[in-house]
Amino acid sequence: MFQNLRQKILKIITQNMKIGLFIPCYVDQFYPKVGIATYELLLKLGCDVHFPMKQTCCGQPMANSGYEYLTKGCDANFIANFSEFDYIVCPSGSCVLHVKDHLHDEKQEKLASEMRKKVYELTEFITDILKVDSIEGNFPYKVGMHVSCHGQRGLKLSQMTELNAPFFSKPEQLLSNIKGLDLVSLRRKDECCGFGGTFCVTEEAVSVKMGQDRIKDHEKNNVDYITGGDMSCLMHLEGILRRQNSPVKTIHIAEILNS
Amino acid sequence: MNSKAEILKKIKQNQPQNTTDLPDLELLNSDNPNVLETYKTVLKGIGGETVEVAGYQDILDFIRNNYSPDRRIITTIPELSEVASLNWKNDDPHTLQDVELAIISGHFGVAENSAIWVTDDILGQRVAPFIAQYLAIIIKKSDILATMQLAYKKIGNLEYGFGTFIAGPSKTADIEQSLVLGAHGARGLIVFLLD
Amino acid sequence: MSSEKIISHSEASTIFNKDIERVNWHDETLWFVREKRDKSAHQIPDWELLRETASQIKNNVLSNIHDYLVEFEANAQKNGITVHWAADAKEHNEIVHAIMVKNNVKQMVKSKSMLTEECHLNDYLADKGIEVIDSDLGEYIVQLRKEPPSHIVLPAIHLKKEDVSETFHEHLGTEKGNFDPQYLTESARQSLRNTFLTRKVALTGVNFAVAETGEFVVCTNEGNADMGAHLADVHIACMGFEKLIPQRKHLGVFLRLLARSATGQPITTFSSHFKKPRNGQEMHIVIVDNGRSTQLGREDFRNSLKCIRCGACMNTCPVYRRSGGHSYHNAVAGPIGSILAPNLDMSKNADLPFASTLCGSCTNVCPVKIDIHDQLYKWRQVLVKEGHTPTAKTMAMKTMATVLANPTIFSIAGKSGRFVMKNIPALVNNKMNKWFDQREMPAVPEESFREWYKKNSRESKAKDNE
Repeated sequence: MFQNLRQKILKIITQNMKIGLFIPCYVDQFYPKVGIATYELLLKLGCDVHFPMKQTCCGQPMANSGYEYLTKGCDANFIANFSEFDYIVCPSGSCVLHVKDHLHDEKQEKLASEMRKKVYELTEFITDILKVDSIEGNFPYKVGMHVSCHGQRGLKLSQMTELNAPFFSKPEQLLSNIKGLDLVSLRRKDECCGFGGTFCVTEEAVSVKMGQDRIKDHEKNNVDYITGGDMSCLMHLEGILRRQNSPVKTIHIAEILNS
Repeated sequence: MNSKAEILKKIKQNQPQNTTDLPDLELLNSDNPNVLETYKTVLKGIGGETVEVAGYQDILDFIRNNYSPDRRIITTIPELSEVASLNWKNDDPHTLQDVELAIISGHFGVAENSAIWVTDDILGQRVAPFIAQYLAIIIKKSDILATMQLAYKKIGNLEYGFGTFIAGPSKTADIEQSLVLGAHGARGLIVFLLD
Repeated sequence: MSSEKIISHSEASTIFNKDIERVNWHDETLWFVREKRDKSAHQIPDWELLRETASQIKNNVLSNIHDYLVEFEANAQKNGITVHWAADAKEHNEIVHAIMVKNNVKQMVKSKSMLTEECHLNDYLADKGIEVIDSDLGEYIVQLRKEPPSHIVLPAIHLKKEDVSETFHEHLGTEKGNFDPQYLTESARQSLRNTFLTRKVALTGVNFAVAETGEFVVCTNEGNADMGAHLADVHIACMGFEKLIPQRKHLGVFLRLLARSATGQPITTFSSHFKKPRNGQEMHIVIVDNGRSTQLGREDFRNSLKCIRCGACMNTCPVYRRSGGHSYHNAVAGPIGSILAPNLDMSKNADLPFASTLCGSCTNVCPVKIDIHDQLYKWRQVLVKEGHTPTAKTMAMKTMATVLANPTIFSIAGKSGRFVMKNIPALVNNKMNKWFDQREMPAVPEESFREWYKKNSRESKAKDNE
């Protein structure tokens, strides 16, 4: 009864907030299914969600390579596309972290700083703003969770193994009611996969070795899928898996939550 | 002199203008209901050994039973003169190179890391606990503190020329992370815990 | 040393990764140390408060370092220690050499000091006909092999016992093929004991120097610093000026953190407090700047000077573990080395801040809470602005920025990009594309998300139904 009331109130609040869907450039181009799953999932959760058609990229590829000064155009375009929304939601921890840390505009800095606070990664938006504890679905597979560094250590979506602090994980919590999903326990729970933006080509040898080692950890646990909240990590891992002709597949967490 | 002035000038120019206050060390927790047990467990974990004794007679017996009288044993403790030499404190430190066992007393132990605090006034010679093949240190059970915070509280402004915390025998893991006891200092450490 | 051609981090790590088994071993060995660190840290309930406390003490040091140095010098002198000041590596080496000359000594035993590595003291003294023997086992091994240390705490971590066995067989006459670490360590012990007993001058590093008392603390597990210092007539201790802490009681905080962060031990075997020379002994302290005061003035990078050299950031760094310490071509390797090195020489070390995925694990293990990965990001910005990146990269980035800032061009470029990848894979999938060497390109979908959205979004469907 009480639970119902709470959900009703939340539903009213949710319907009245306008959500901008921020789909990272490479997801738009190479992984439309992740964008679709995110969009459909947010609709299912009762959100009024829109995809501004003129969005491009947050500018992270340049900034992480040392060219933050070249990202002013990206910032201006991001602001033009998203300033009208109450929340900006994105299925990538890395892109969200970049906007949160680095979105600026000399001409409208106040607006930029407000927007930095309004951008959310998909799973944290669901748990923290929509206050949804878990999502029902069906995904009868053995799954390994690849924790993205920017999502975890940057956005604090889950507890970091380096710290002496209690465990939590927003993405894992959301998966807890997916029927049939068997989440394995990895030996190195939050080691980086080695993607790292342009690092993946400038430091190719180490990048690939890191990815191969992450995959081994999942393979030792006989997973069917590697999932995660950052398609860039998964794209890197998928590239290695396919080269190795591995039966293991990658899938974005939005796709599981929307299953 | 020139460099000193230059360095200090540059530091003064470049150090942050806003000074940051020192934190309150009292906020750090030093609770430990069972310091003795912790002490023994931690020391064992780092390769040392504890022997609980009621008095010096127990220590004398232990030494007689475990060490050959042919080897050189030195001590700073008059009660142990039957098994160990007291007459070495003014020798050239290099002459201690053939010492098999040095028996010294410590000021106190620290439970969280099993370290024992010693200073040169009770060491006989600074090099003694390092150059001996084996080392034994005597502390009172009642002189075990929980943490390093309490240790430095106890040390306070004590005057010494040299002091050191000794935690276990000398060791290294520089070859493939394989632990080897007895790198350059003592190969073994026995801590006598006096009632 | 300085005349050697620098191989960039990525080239060096490509070579390192040719021997996969060795990389796996190196990675696992250091991960094991990281796990020991975790276990040890998790046994201290207020570990995170302890880190915060240490960080605050070091922040206080940075903002008062001038006064603390003056205080430290006065107290050390009162204690009978001679204090020297060195503006740079050259002056540091000259001071040490002058002490040797004054005492008419040609041999020195040295315990671990990363500062002397930074200053290349061994090479300098060797040129002057002075023999230096490094007494830390790991440093002794790499010194015999004429290599620099690959790790600040574990200098020979890149070597296997077979390598050490061969080196010792050659230099110490140990049995060929005897790889037993116990046996090898014992051989080094015998050889170095003779060194300790015969050297008149011992040089040590400094872990902490206390302004309030004028004493300094040296931490070792082997006891080599003490063996050297207590047997020598002259003890020289070299320190970067950032080693200062305000008061003796603050040692309690740092000694709780240092060994736990470094190796997972609760404390190093010996934490020796040197306050006064022993009777008849000479004690010197050399306080070194060598670029530190410049770093202190770089607001974004000054708190790298909080470092207590525990090495935890190296052990946790997934890149360090898979590229080895030598690939960083700097006395201090790994994440902390990569934020310290550009301060010393930007053009020589321009590659180092890029040798990271910015995963942030280093920052989380740092016992004094240095924001290492944020500084790596910031160094990248500085290095680009100062022109230390290849022109081709800058051109590519500029093109990318133009495309991404303009929705119209972006939509055309995006389509053509997908068109190319779908239809002419040979163009992209060639050896010039570093992505493709060991990874497949992502499969190209029929349509982009925005094309799908145009047709299938709630708004467009509503429109269709009108």
